[in-house]
Amino acid sequence: MLKYQSIQELVSAAEERGLKISELVMLDQAEAMEQTPEEIYERMRRSFEVMRESVAEGQKKDLRSMSGLTGGEGYLMKQYAESTNGGLCGDFLSKAIARALAVAGCNAAMGRIVAAPTAGSCGILPGCLVSLHEDRGIPERDIVMSIFTAGAFGMVIAANSSIAGAQGGCQAECGSAAGMAAASLVEVMGGTPSQCGDACAIAIANQLGLVCDPVAGLVEIPCIKRNVSGLMIAFSSADLALAGVGPKIPVDECVDAMREVGNALPAALKETAGGGLATTPTGVKLRKQVFGK
Amino acid sequence: MNVFDIIGPVMIGPSSSHTAGAVRIGRVVNKLMDGQTPEKLEIVLSGSFAQTYRGHGTDRALLAGIMGFRSDSAEIRDALEIAKERGISYEFIKRDIPGAHPNTARITYTLADGSTGSAQAASVGGGNIRVDLINGMKVDFSGESNTLLVMHLDRPGVIAAVTTLMRWEYADLNICNFHLSREQRGGNAIMTIEIDNMPPETLIEDVRKLDHVTNAMLIRRL
Repeated sequence: MLKYQSIQELVSAAEERGLKISELVMLDQAEAMEQTPEEIYERMRRSFEVMRESVAEGQKKDLRSMSGLTGGEGYLMKQYAESTNGGLCGDFLSKAIARALAVAGCNAAMGRIVAAPTAGSCGILPGCLVSLHEDRGIPERDIVMSIFTAGAFGMVIAANSSIAGAQGGCQAECGSAAGMAAASLVEVMGGTPSQCGDACAIAIANQLGLVCDPVAGLVEIPCIKRNVSGLMIAFSSADLALAGVGPKIPVDECVDAMREVGNALPAALKETAGGGLATTPTGVKLRKQVFGK
Repeated sequence: MNVFDIIGPVMIGPSSSHTAGAVRIGRVVNKLMDGQTPEKLEIVLSGSFAQTYRGHGTDRALLAGIMGFRSDSAEIRDALEIAKERGISYEFIKRDIPGAHPNTARITYTLADGSTGSAQAASVGGGNIRVDLINGMKVDFSGESNTLLVMHLDRPGVIAAVTTLMRWEYADLNICNFHLSREQRGGNAIMTIEIDNMPPETLIEDVRKLDHVTNAMLIRRL
């Protein structure tokens, strides 16, 4: 049985047995949950299906959040990506951005999503993986399997640092999601277990210190767009790892650093809406607009 | 923790704590009512729940859970309207409960026959909850394990009867936590039994048949 106490443990165990991290984790989790690997796989496949449904729901033109503060971002970005032949980022990435926005917008509008690892950061993994499936033709099975790798990395991060904005700031939510997604991307593209760890390290290192400062305390501003930056960092980190540009600080030490930075952040910047964008004049005005006082 | 605690839950947004956790709190009450539709609900929202419940749909989520919907049910969005259709009169009251976790709700229900009950629980993050009070009695369970609640009269031998039943009829079940709370000696009492594995529904029926047991319910792991 795996302990999920370090990412190095997962990397070493996979390399020793000549398996992908996802294969190792699926077998281990099946045993731990007293189910067959097929049952576990099917549950994960269903999660990926929900992710695709969230993308479709979130790209509807008239989608609005409960508060009315946000909505339609996924639709606008998709229109732009299609009408400009990919804008500045290119066809593949601009569509991926639209998908991340769509899922985060679907969440804000009380649509159905998969928390990955949280609701606030739910657009990053689908933005990456649905794009590989739909625009790069990667088979569903490879995509679904890679989510086990993302999940296992998330388990280690949750144990050694945090995946909650209230505890670690946004680095713990979008930072963790980007690290998890980067590991998935590397595995799907044929990288080694060790490169999965490298990609995760780079993604986390690039978001250290990111604060959780939601306007009016709602999972909308800036959360929806932070899913886009998380997605971009996931892609660039995966490419760096695959190119052999590894991190200088090993992944488990990056996770430890995230915990220390999270502890050092003041409470005002950890999901209390007491600082950052939440207390800017416009942030305060928007809060009054939604909640009155 | 397992991989679906990270990739999941599948839920209706926007917030795992203020929406998905709130549904789960509501579902505890649904179990308390044995799935019946209440006539009247009084829902006290404390702390952050009181401040931001509208923007997170916490009110809809609580009602949806009370009506038996799950945290991934599309009906959550329309829960206020569905409750009205079902003739449920509900009231949300913003009031700080001293010493409670910032995301706490206390729900009191009245059924058609006039009987009442209540639960107080907190949403502690990631869709996880902690139930603090049931019918005014202290409990302490998270919903991270499968939890068997046994309401009974405080008499010698009731605990032994429940655990003996589990030992002989459900030998696979392993208890990982046990808590007992009572109003007063000889009065109403409640056992909270957390179990590693998933008990079959027949366990509930069998426990209900035991002497001095007034009710039993199972709250499945998130």
